[in-house]
Amino acid sequence: MEDLALLGFGPDGWGKVLVQAGLMTLAVSVAAFVVGLALGTLIAWGRVSGGGMARALAHGYTAVMRGVPEILVIYLFYFGGRQVVTAVGTALGFPGPFDISGFMAGMLAIGLISGANQAEVLRGAWQAVPKGTIEAGRVVGMSRFTLFRRVIAPQALVTALPGLGNQWQSVIKESALVSVTGLVETMRQVSVAAGTTQEHFLFYAAGAAIYLAITTLSDQLFRLAERHSLRGHQQGGM
Amino acid sequence: MDLSFIGTMFLRILGGLPLTLNLWGLSLLGGAILALGLNLLRTTRVGDKVASAYVFVFRGTPLLIQIFMIYFGLAGFGFIRHSVLWPFLREPYWCGLLALVLNDAAYTSEILRGGLRAVPRGAVEAGRVSGMSRFTILRRITLPLAIRQALPAYSSEVISMLKATALVSTITLMDMTGIARAAISETWRAVEILLSAAAIYLALSLIVTQLSVWIERRLSPWQFQRTNR
Repeated sequence: MEDLALLGFGPDGWGKVLVQAGLMTLAVSVAAFVVGLALGTLIAWGRVSGGGMARALAHGYTAVMRGVPEILVIYLFYFGGRQVVTAVGTALGFPGPFDISGFMAGMLAIGLISGANQAEVLRGAWQAVPKGTIEAGRVVGMSRFTLFRRVIAPQALVTALPGLGNQWQSVIKESALVSVTGLVETMRQVSVAAGTTQEHFLFYAAGAAIYLAITTLSDQLFRLAERHSLRGHQQGGM
Repeated sequence: MDLSFIGTMFLRILGGLPLTLNLWGLSLLGGAILALGLNLLRTTRVGDKVASAYVFVFRGTPLLIQIFMIYFGLAGFGFIRHSVLWPFLREPYWCGLLALVLNDAAYTSEILRGGLRAVPRGAVEAGRVSGMSRFTILRRITLPLAIRQALPAYSSEVISMLKATALVSTITLMDMTGIARAAISETWRAVEILLSAAAIYLALSLIVTQLSVWIERRLSPWQFQRTNR
C-alpha cells in the first residue's frame, strides 16, 4: 500500500507530475497529428491529381517514411536540426549555442511520418468520392477550392475516419519515442520516477495505464465521430 | 558532404546488421508461433477473453514502455531474480527479444484472425467430410487459405518489426541504430550518420515489399494471369 501512495497526489506522490506528463503526451500527439493531416492531404492531392513529377515525389516520400525506423527520424530532427540551425545561425552571424526543442523535433518528426501514412488513407477515401458529385459541383460553377471544401473533403473524410483513427493511435504510441530528446512526456516522466524511487515495475505499469487510457478514450471518441458522420446514410449489410 | 566519412560510417553501421537481422527474424518467428497459439486460444470462451485482453494491452501501449518494463521492471521482483529465467532476463538481448516477440504476437494474431475469418466454411466442411483430422484440416485447408488472405497486411507487419528492432538500442544493445547513436555522440555529425543508417533500413524494407509482391503472385497465379491477359 505504501507503494501505491507513490502514485497518489500526496506530498510523496508522483500523481500530479504524471498527469502533467500525460497532458504533454496528448499535446505533442495532437500537434504531430495535425502536421501529419496537413501534409497527408497535400501528398494525397499530389497522388490523385498531380502530374508525373508530383506523383513520383509523393510515392518516393511515402516509401522512405514507411521504411525508416521512427526513432531515426526523431534523432535526425533533434540532432540534425541542431546541426542545421547552428550552421544557418553561424552563417547569419548570430552568437551560439543553438538548440532545437524536443517538442518541436518530436512534433515535426512524428508529423512527417504520420503524414505519409495518413496520405495513404486519404488517397483511398478521395478516390472513393462518387465522380457524379464532383461533376455536379463543376457544373454549378464551383471553383476548384470550393469544390474541394464543399464536395470532396466532406465526403472523403467520412470514408477516411476509421483509417485516420488508426493513424491517431499510432501517433500516440510513437510519441513515446520523443522521450529520447528529453521532452518530459509520459515515457520520460515514468523513467525519471522509476529511477528516483527504484520502483521500476510500478511506474512503467502506471505509464502503460496512462497510454491505455488515452488510446481507449480517443478510440471511443473516434467511434462517436464515425457514427455522427454516418447519420442520414443508409447502413450497408453490416 | 564528406563522402569518405559517410563510407566509413556506412561500414561501421553495417557491423550492427547481424544483430538487427537476428532480432528481426527471431521476433517474427516467435511472434508467429505465439499468434497462432492466441488464435487457438480464441476457440474457447475464457481463452477468447484472455486473448482479447492480451491484444488490448500490447496494442494499446508503446513498444518502448514494454521493453523498459521487461528490462528494468522484472528485475524488481525477487522471485524472478531467483528463478531459472534470471540468467536470461538479466541480459538486454533476451529482454529486447522477449518484448519484440510479445509485441509482434499481438499484432500478428489480429492479422491472422482476419485471415481465418475469411476462410469459407464450405472448405472446412469438405475437409471434414473427406475424413481429415482437425489438425490436418488446420494444416492443409484453414492455414494456407488464411495466410494467403493475410499476406498483404502481414508484409506491413514484417516491415514494422524491422523498424521496431531499432528500439532495443535504448537498452544498450548495439544494433544498427545503437551503433549510429554511439557514432553521433563521438563525432556530432548526426545528419551523415543517420542518413547512412536510414539507407540500410530502407533497402531492407524495399526487399520485403518486393518479396511480398512476388510471394503473393506465386500463391494466387490465377488472379494475375487473368489481369495480364
